Amino acid sequence: MFAEFLQYLFSGLTSGAIYALAGLGFAIIYNASNVINFAQGEFIMIGGMTAASLVAAGTPLWLAVALALVVAMLVGIALERLAIEPARDSDVVTIVIITIGASIFLRGAAQVIWDKEFHSLPAFSGETPIALSGATLMPQSLWVIGSSALAIAALWWFFNRTLFGKAMLATSHNRLAAQLVGIGVKRVLLASFALSALLGAVAGVVVTPITFTSYESGIMLGLKGFSAAVLGGLGSGLGAIVGGLIVGLVEALASGYLSSAYKDAIAFIIILFVLFFMPSGLFGRRGTDRV
Amino acid sequence: MLLELSGLTSHYGRIQALKGIDIDIAEGELVALVGANGAGKTTLLRCLSGVQPVSGGTIRFDGQDITRAQPEIRVGLGISQSPEGRQVFGPMSVEDNLRLGAYRRHGPDVAADLERMYDLFPILRRKRREAAGTLSGGQQQMLAIARALMSAPRLLLLDEPSMGLAPLLVAEIFDIIQSLKAAGTTIFLVEQNAQAALKVADRGYVLETGTVVLADRGERLLADERVREAYLGL
Ligand SMILES: Nc1ncnc2c1ncn2[C@@H]1O[C@H](COP(=O)(O)OP(=O)(O)OP(=O)(O)O)[C@@H](O)[C@H]1O
Ligand SMILES: [Mg+2]
Repeated sequence: MFAEFLQYLFSGLTSGAIYALAGLGFAIIYNASNVINFAQGEFIMIGGMTAASLVAAGTPLWLAVALALVVAMLVGIALERLAIEPARDSDVVTIVIITIGASIFLRGAAQVIWDKEFHSLPAFSGETPIALSGATLMPQSLWVIGSSALAIAALWWFFNRTLFGKAMLATSHNRLAAQLVGIGVKRVLLASFALSALLGAVAGVVVTPITFTSYESGIMLGLKGFSAAVLGGLGSGLGAIVGGLIVGLVEALASGYLSSAYKDAIAFIIILFVLFFMPSGLFGRRGTDRV
Repeated sequence: MLLELSGLTSHYGRIQALKGIDIDIAEGELVALVGANGAGKTTLLRCLSGVQPVSGGTIRFDGQDITRAQPEIRVGLGISQSPEGRQVFGPMSVEDNLRLGAYRRHGPDVAADLERMYDLFPILRRKRREAAGTLSGGQQQMLAIARALMSAPRLLLLDEPSMGLAPLLVAEIFDIIQSLKAAGTTIFLVEQNAQAALKVADRGYVLETGTVVLADRGERLLADERVREAYLGL
């Protein structure tokens, strides 16, 4: 009974960590530009696919991972430069639609560059399950949770301890004042895409040994990251993390105790529930407590 | 001249807010710009900082044409603004607000200037760890001015620093402006409080619906019949 619950908990925390990273990606770009970047899931896919194909081609795992992070960041930068920046003076809805177009384009490109098959990565430290009070935990789950925690800590440090991080936060609080103190808001926008892409790629790389990846896997992960961000309150870093964990846990418990058929529906239900009953999410819009 | 504006125009869509402004400011001067609601004072300062498009004319700063320069370039050159409505970074600490004021600068001078600001505005030292948004209006105004000073500006633009403040605080703000001038800072002061502004200013300009209608020494404007009637309610 308890073992079963613990098992669902592990699985929920693992996927929740991934959704938290995806949600943070939404939050960072939203803060810099008020735009919801629907290509966020594609960053996850690009991270996973790049690493998987490099390893398949004989690249050592650590190098493949590093290159995958770099590739995803470059894609994020290119997306901002080529698709978002030229439309900077358009209204937010237009730019959101551009990101939807970009996500379709990136999926198409992935299908051409790679294929329609599923790809995987070897687990980073083997496949021997760890037994814990009757439940089992895969070592890769620890990698997922650990990497996410590390990424979140690094992000916290960046936004709270570095001048450029503070400048990015300041821009989200007051764009005009940011310009008046000499913060280049164009560079902030570019950095937000690079950072979000990096976070997405981290998620994509660590989760691929568990879930596999294909050109399409960004769709669902992006959607769940979005529901995490909406649940936490768009733009709130802490909210995205808590939201991600809640979405992951609810999903795991619902598919465990009810039916796994509900798994993917949970994210939609949460989005609708939040939009109807608490549009500003758990942590409001303008909290002081963002990551 | 430190700042030279010639024929400056600016539009909001089809509405022309500035209709050919000629203003000069010399190094070390305190120049006031007064005018009624909607005259275009804020628009002019926004043009100077590069956050409002200029549709015609030129802005020269220290001899250099900066009409099309990005805002961050202008801050780097030494133009700094304390905007209308304070615009502090509300959720961030007072100290972070000040540090961000020095965003374009690096080195040990920044820490020294931070101390200087705390000496100039002791209340900010006491509230250094508090969120800027929790400060009172007067304290936020001081923070906005101090943040602008943190860039070590050659030209300080102040947009209505006395707006919404109690009379005692207004007096305090004007004292600070005078001491900044005494320390050699060049200041362009925008005010609806024409009386107080013209009293401390070397020279003043009167703006009416996007046009400079009067320009003279501060005390002469204060004595001017038209100014007294229109702006001082005398
Ligand atoms: N964002 C805007 N969009 C359209 N028109 C604007 C905008 N901002 C200002 N205006 C118009 O431009 C003119 C000048 O406004 P501005 O804010 O520069 O005046 P001001 O002298 O600063 O007034 P106040 O003393 O009230 O601050 C006004 O007629 C105003 O209605
Ligand atoms: Mg104004």
